[in-house]
Amino acid sequence: MTNNELLEVVQSVLGSDILGHEEQYDALIIEIAPKDVLRIVSTLKENEALSFNFLTLIGAVHYPEDLNRELCVVYHLHSWKNAIRLRVKAFLSIENPSIESLCSVFDGANWMERETYDFFGVRFENHPNLTRILNMDEMDYHPMLKQYALEDGTREDKDDRFFGR
Amino acid sequence: MQQNDNLIHLSNGQVLSRETIDGDIATINFGPTHPATHGIFQNILTVDGEKILTSEQTVGYIHRAFEKLAERRPYNQITPITDRLNYCSSPINNLGWHMTVEKLIKADIPKRVDYMRIIIMELARIADHLICNSIIGVDTGALTSFFYPFSEREKIYELYEEMCGARLTTNIGRIGGFEKDFTPVFHQKLKEFLKTFPKAFEEWNGMLERNRIFMDRTRHAGPIAADRALAYGFTGPNLRAAGVDYDVRVMHPYSSYEDFDFIIPVGVQGDTYDRFMVRQEEIRQSLRIIEQAYNNLPEGPFHADIPEFFLPEKKDVYNNMEALIYHFKIVMGETEVPVGEVYHSVEGGNGELGYYLISDGGRAPYRLQFRRPCFIYYQAYPEMISGANISDAVITLSSINVIAGELDA
Repeated sequence: MTNNELLEVVQSVLGSDILGHEEQYDALIIEIAPKDVLRIVSTLKENEALSFNFLTLIGAVHYPEDLNRELCVVYHLHSWKNAIRLRVKAFLSIENPSIESLCSVFDGANWMERETYDFFGVRFENHPNLTRILNMDEMDYHPMLKQYALEDGTREDKDDRFFGR
Repeated sequence: MQQNDNLIHLSNGQVLSRETIDGDIATINFGPTHPATHGIFQNILTVDGEKILTSEQTVGYIHRAFEKLAERRPYNQITPITDRLNYCSSPINNLGWHMTVEKLIKADIPKRVDYMRIIIMELARIADHLICNSIIGVDTGALTSFFYPFSEREKIYELYEEMCGARLTTNIGRIGGFEKDFTPVFHQKLKEFLKTFPKAFEEWNGMLERNRIFMDRTRHAGPIAADRALAYGFTGPNLRAAGVDYDVRVMHPYSSYEDFDFIIPVGVQGDTYDRFMVRQEEIRQSLRIIEQAYNNLPEGPFHADIPEFFLPEKKDVYNNMEALIYHFKIVMGETEVPVGEVYHSVEGGNGELGYYLISDGGRAPYRLQFRRPCFIYYQAYPEMISGANISDAVITLSSINVIAGELDA
């Protein structure tokens, strides 16, 4: 199955639930509304023609410039029947980063969502145990957000301007 | 609410009646938790005698913020980070990362590089499986089976050393290929390895494979059914032991894996013995792949023609203006990188190792996420050992090949 064929099937199954789509390198990416994520991923999994049976990865990306769409949660799905991958994105506002948990569809989502919560502060609703996983429990911020610079701010010898950023 | 003394509430929400328990319920901390062991795991087990009722895992003891670090490093400086994920097979991590960047920059990779990579990656897979399977031997009480394969692993490490100068954290290869071609010593050592390894391997294998004690200990220990393994996102030998023949090398071939003839071994029960057997067979298959790749090694350059990413030869840097400019740009991380996002995955030592890379055109990735296979499947561990004895929990942990470096990133 090629990405074009996949897009046709996905469009016929999901219709107006797809807010946007693009192809990046070899992968098809679709954007959906955060409130629909549980329903859409279940549909993608259950649908005979698509059968996205495997959840490869859940992650997030922080775009501080993108107003009200600061956090992007990315779901990597894989259909073994068609040997094709699909990336599903949902954008959240940083004020209220809340999205439905996928634990009821894929058991493996549990730790991936905990990790995303730990590093980005995305709240997965109805998650059985949404606590920090790699960082210590006492931490009061989410370290992968872009406002937390990696290096010591007092250092002057590593100015970003000198490195093209 | 009145406390019912006859009921015991467990941490997973399960409630037990006191009559069903033999004696008292105890809570124990299950290791290895000593810093000198290769990784720190904590499992808080609730046990009834020797039977495990529930377990809770703590992970993150050696978290080193790799994904955050990667956002500040030029692309070629991220390779040493990947070494420290699954350090039993670091070359696979290194080369997987190079292939991800090559996919982003759309580099055209010579066939010889593909084959050289396959030789290195399959050697790494053999080393990884040797460690994992020999440790199952240790945990069942057979220390000899731990020492035997180490002389063979040493030969693999010498091969790495010949290629890149390092043994454990290899940082092998470059974006675009290798820093040098296979040296005469490498050829000689690889030929020697291909000649002596099968015999040494079968000798070691004979110690365990049909050993009555080993079989009695490992069969039916820590089983997981195929559907549960899939739901938990298992990949690699652990999934194949449950009977699902998913292998990234076959479903999405990279680095010319489609040129080679090899089989994917699968198990039936998904227990410790099956995981052991799948890895043993994968070692034999890896050896077949290496032989095929080595015997058909194409002629050609050992790196792609991408001067913006591949460091020029040192003598050119001193004598050639263009080479000097490229050298400076690469070292300072000034190379132009396209904007876009790619996901690339390779079959790592313990499953699908993925790299999700988002580039905004800057010197470092905007975001880099690793799909670390053992982080994803380790969450199934409580389910696998629930109802088992403590001794079964030990061999289950060693047989699922959880590597702390990869688990905690």
